[in-house]
Amino acid sequence: MKLPIYMDYSATTPVDPRVAEKMCQFLTPDGKFGNPASRSHQFGWDADEAVEQARRDVAALLNANPKEIVWTSGATESDNLAIKGAAHFYQRQGKHIITCKTEHKAVLDTCRQLEREGFEVTYLDPESNGLIDLGKLEAAMRDDTILVSIMHVNNEIGVVQDIEAIGEMTRARKILFHVDAAQSAGKIPLDMERAKVDLLSLSAHKIYGPKGIGALYVRRKPRVRLEAQMHGGGHERGMRSGTLPTHQIVGMGEAFRIAKEEMAQENERIIQLRDRLWNGFKGMDEIYLNGDLEQRVAGNLNVSFAYVEGESLIMALKDFAVSSGSACTSASLEPSYVLRAIGREDELAHSSIRFSIGRFTTEEEVDYVIKTISDQVNRLRELSPLWDMFKEGVDLKSVQWAAH
Amino acid sequence: MAYSDKVLDHYENPRNVGNMDKEAKNVGTGMVGAPACGDVMRLQIQVNEQGVIEDAKFKTYGCGSAIASSSLLTEWVKGKTLEEAQQIKNTQIAEELALPPVKVHCSVLAEDAIKAAVQDYASKNAKS
Repeated sequence: MKLPIYMDYSATTPVDPRVAEKMCQFLTPDGKFGNPASRSHQFGWDADEAVEQARRDVAALLNANPKEIVWTSGATESDNLAIKGAAHFYQRQGKHIITCKTEHKAVLDTCRQLEREGFEVTYLDPESNGLIDLGKLEAAMRDDTILVSIMHVNNEIGVVQDIEAIGEMTRARKILFHVDAAQSAGKIPLDMERAKVDLLSLSAHKIYGPKGIGALYVRRKPRVRLEAQMHGGGHERGMRSGTLPTHQIVGMGEAFRIAKEEMAQENERIIQLRDRLWNGFKGMDEIYLNGDLEQRVAGNLNVSFAYVEGESLIMALKDFAVSSGSACTSASLEPSYVLRAIGREDELAHSSIRFSIGRFTTEEEVDYVIKTISDQVNRLRELSPLWDMFKEGVDLKSVQWAAH
Repeated sequence: MAYSDKVLDHYENPRNVGNMDKEAKNVGTGMVGAPACGDVMRLQIQVNEQGVIEDAKFKTYGCGSAIASSSLLTEWVKGKTLEEAQQIKNTQIAEELALPPVKVHCSVLAEDAIKAAVQDYASKNAKS
């Protein structure tokens, strides 16, 4: 077994060697390095053909039309283009947007910007399992609502929102529906013929493609219009100018092609590993799963180990890469806003670890992680005054803490 | 974030971990911080009749820097008089452990902990 072990696939994935190999064919002098926008020679035509093949591969995973795919630099840009682009284009019909408090910052910060421009945004509270109550979503919809933006799979807790049901509600009211699918594409079947999603953000590097490339699905029937955020040569039907990075696009296309082919099989294997990990932890006292277990993407496990602070635990886990919802890992002192939004007390939010499993995770690695976590949580609990108090039966909520 | 070797050493081999009888008259207990903020330190000192700290124990819930700050503190206060122990400054701890700016609050907490422990000991022994 090679150390350190990578268990942070929700942050990013390694590029699949099959993808990397393909990308290399579009860079060097003896490769197809041309500018896909060059219409006057073979170099351009070859690059264009590769870009269009990738567009077909990406569209195929979504059961969409290739003409509905717009290349971007990644899911953050796709979220920006979808939300600002739609808000700016449709602002005469209304200036109200609905989203959720557990969305990715690329959505939340974009909404904040629109608020500064005079739009009004409703931030829904999810239920304690991380899912949105559709009744509450419906109640938030108004005559001047132009856009609902809800992510498919949450990046921290892995819960899956019912985008088909939301799509029915938005379509019936002629409200646009944007979905951030960065964490779900290639992991959960997406079908744009069925789901009434109007805009959908995609990323390559979460599913074994390269970083720096993504796409936005923009529905054609009924047609969705956007105001461009990047102006220039009018690439991507004017929605996103800039020379297309052929090798990146080819990488994303290949990653999506592989995902379509292997997703079902791969999911089975990953769910087995995820359950093995969760079952391995279950013998420990005072552990809490964050987010719904059933409505959850295969590779994600987010667990709070009560009475142990997340960063100190991560320090003990130097042989493997995971991420923590604790404040201390970042410069800010706030614990994860996602865990807070689902009503986790700060203590448990500070004690949370996200394990994300992927294509190259092995059973041996999972077993090693279970053993290490158990040992280190026990060690740190022996160091923890809160654990002592818990054992003595002191209710920590009854203690007057000197907050600092 | 890279930790200094000293932080890592204290984190991996914390000194003087444990509990003392908090009811005992010669023991002072200081508990500072809050779970919601991500760190709680409990420092206990055992004081002899000459007013010298004979022994010290700690337990800390918090990041590696908080654990290291309190572990280091137990080493420093042993053998010091109460007067001397209260002179320990957070800046000395931060310097010794080479804490980065975002972790300075851990050393502040350690300074608060020794002050609280001394105060607890003093209040216990003033009443009698």
